[in-house]
Amino acid sequence: MSQMSLVKDRINSFCYHCGENCDGIEVRSGDKSFCCEGCKAVYEILDGHNLCDYYSIDGEAGLKVKEVPLEKRFDYLDDKDIIARLVEFRDKNISSVTFTIPEIHCSSCIWLLERINKVNQGVINSRVDFLQKRISIVFDNDKTSLKEVVKSLVSVGYEPSINLDTERKKQSSGSTLKALYARIGVAGFCLGNIMLLSFPEYLSIGDTYDQGLKTVFNYLNILLGIPVITYCSSDYFSSAWKGLRNKFINIDVPISLGLLALFLRSVYEILVHENAGFMDSLAGLVFFLLIGKLFQSKTYESVNFERDYRSYFPISVTTVLKGIESCIPVSKLRVGDRILIRNNEIIPVDAILFSGEGYIDYSFVTGESIPEQKVLGEIIYAGGKHLGSAIELEVLRTVSQSYLTQLWNDKAFEKSHKSGIETVTNLVSKYFTLIILLIAFGSAAYWMQTDTDKALTAFTTVLIIACPCALALTSPFALGNSLRIFGKNKFYLRNSFVIESMSKIDSIVFDKTGTITNPKDLRIDFIGSELNDEEKALVKSLVRNSTHPLSRKIHDSLNGSYMFKPVKFNEIIGEGLSGIVEGREIKLGNLRFVIGDIECSFQKSSTDFRKNAISTNVFLSIDGEVRGFYTFNSKFRHGLETLISDLGSDYEISLISGDNCHERTMLSKVFDEENLHFDQLPSDKLRFIKSKQNKGKNVMMLGDGLNDAGALKQSNIGISVTEDVTSFSPACDIIMDANEFSKLGLFLSFAKSTMKIIKISFVISFIYNAVGLYLAAQGTFSPLIAAILMPFNSISIVLFVVGMTNLSAKRRKLI
Amino acid sequence: MSVILVLIGASLIVATGFLFAFIWSVKNNQYEDRFTPSVRMLFDEEDSKKNSVKNSKL
Repeated sequence: MSQMSLVKDRINSFCYHCGENCDGIEVRSGDKSFCCEGCKAVYEILDGHNLCDYYSIDGEAGLKVKEVPLEKRFDYLDDKDIIARLVEFRDKNISSVTFTIPEIHCSSCIWLLERINKVNQGVINSRVDFLQKRISIVFDNDKTSLKEVVKSLVSVGYEPSINLDTERKKQSSGSTLKALYARIGVAGFCLGNIMLLSFPEYLSIGDTYDQGLKTVFNYLNILLGIPVITYCSSDYFSSAWKGLRNKFINIDVPISLGLLALFLRSVYEILVHENAGFMDSLAGLVFFLLIGKLFQSKTYESVNFERDYRSYFPISVTTVLKGIESCIPVSKLRVGDRILIRNNEIIPVDAILFSGEGYIDYSFVTGESIPEQKVLGEIIYAGGKHLGSAIELEVLRTVSQSYLTQLWNDKAFEKSHKSGIETVTNLVSKYFTLIILLIAFGSAAYWMQTDTDKALTAFTTVLIIACPCALALTSPFALGNSLRIFGKNKFYLRNSFVIESMSKIDSIVFDKTGTITNPKDLRIDFIGSELNDEEKALVKSLVRNSTHPLSRKIHDSLNGSYMFKPVKFNEIIGEGLSGIVEGREIKLGNLRFVIGDIECSFQKSSTDFRKNAISTNVFLSIDGEVRGFYTFNSKFRHGLETLISDLGSDYEISLISGDNCHERTMLSKVFDEENLHFDQLPSDKLRFIKSKQNKGKNVMMLGDGLNDAGALKQSNIGISVTEDVTSFSPACDIIMDANEFSKLGLFLSFAKSTMKIIKISFVISFIYNAVGLYLAAQGTFSPLIAAILMPFNSISIVLFVVGMTNLSAKRRKLI
Repeated sequence: MSVILVLIGASLIVATGFLFAFIWSVKNNQYEDRFTPSVRMLFDEEDSKKNSVKNSKL
């Protein structure tokens, strides 16, 4: 019954598919109304295949369909090369393929996409991974094709994002984590059973029970210890060996020594002395170490740190040859080819505008939200998104030679990760290991003179007790916990090592547009003779009919409540709009459009206007009289002023912008005058970072667009500021939600305090080790004390670091 | 006391069984996606009419 009432509610003036208000729009199918043809088309397909339950599973189902896809758009998916690059597996009968679909957002999406075979019979199986927004599809080669599968996904409103990056995603990253899970499972299994078998020993009833039984238990312990030392801890051995071969002592060297000593000593004790051994300590230690590793390897499913231009550019483009349109892969484009770019398509190469009106949105490249207008013959750089009716371009440079992609040829992009930083842990362990070995050999040499058996005991006990388990557990748990706290504040770190680099930062570089300013939040000023309320209402009535982004902005800024219907409404794309509202002629647009052909009654000050004739100013005339112009300035992000003044005392702050210096006065209120840099090309930004680093600085760069990509990669820490963390952002170390921008100072100080906590806990674990070593070197260390001290040591350190990082976060109001 | 040996043997066999079940589930990608199955299991069988409808949209 309730479904009936829902259906009724949806009919009334709301789009049945996406739920958007569609008052007065006449797009109907049966008794249901829709906001656009796209939504209607999706509904009709779902209805035709009996899939309308889609709307009842989750109320949020259905997103506004952007456009009705064109018939030829996916022709490139018939290309054999492209199929081979996209498909993961293919034999005579079936193919399997995985797509990322950004539109996946609710349980209805899962429901529908896993029933896609009702729409396309050739699909054998489809599975959605909700958090990664991915779908894996297996289809029958005879019944359907890759192109048909993509088309049927698009037909129900889920367009997969297919770009040059898709092919690279084929290698799955989960295999290392899988191995870790298996190792933890085995270690846990062995630990539990060894502890069970050691129970008589713990309760010191070892003397009263059957000697034969005791021997069996001990031998079983050896058996259970073998997988722990050979399988579960193999990573530590291989890492220690790798370090030693590179003449570098890392934390894994003393750990491996300790583990080996524990195992061999236990085997020796059991076989020779028929004692219990330390197999429980060994298994427990390995188990904790592996848990720490898992804790540290927290990753964010929906956030991607590796994106470069390839994940942004389309995979194919429409070319026009002698009037015939065809789709070819972008990589096959040659200089001189004619390409056709439609509304909302991305321009993949540098090209010259050949026909049509170009309206290019470079927000992904520069962060600038106002589209740039291009005229015939002008060069259009790759990376922009075209808005408006289709344009024809002539290719000037191929993809790899294009202005923006040239950046990626810089050496900064060759190093895959900024590893090789000497972490605190490794620095400490270098000296630690040497001291331990000295003590171990020293005590062995000392006892050797009197008692060889005691010498062996002392030697192995030193290695066992000095095994830096607490040291090795400290940083995984401290860093892992901090990573989680950062994540809760929508500050996503690539991995836990970033925290250490963050604590060393001493200078910060900001990009301007889109980073310190909010591209969505524009300040609109009207400069000229003031408009009265009636005139404002007239202007608002006119711009209401335009979908141009600037018209929308002007519309939202005017607060007139009553509306008129304009007559003779006329919009010239790239020029402006005109119309007659309430008998008054209103013109709104660029200088040429508004002033050009009419006698300007503002003659005197027209030179002043001409100075302001940049494309983002919108001029207004009423009844032929020019009244002034609207300017659009982006506002600073909330809290910027306090953030900069707070950071200013501890960090060297600079601003680097691709724009010209017309905002210098506004910016110098916040930043120091000498640290402002304007008119910087992407490669200049990269060089700027390099020159700072050459002066010995640790540089953090905050940017948002593809033009910052080089600088982000070069800097010690690159932070990409984004409005939507799942959408495109250039390769970086940290992805930051723009709304949390003002917390940057807190994040930096939290990273510093985390490192301080790690250092304090190093001291504590040294004290533990010193006490243990004192006992061990005397050769009077009993297995029972070892069994108590070692887990106590590890657990107390873990509790300490987790507690302290939480406390430190709480003090900064981060949790 | 030999009954203890039998019991220990049996418990180890059972525990090993669970260990292999765990390793199999890891290898079978069951830890890859820990969210979607929780939604998927709540969908009703095909072609059945639903009576409970969330109406959060309007």
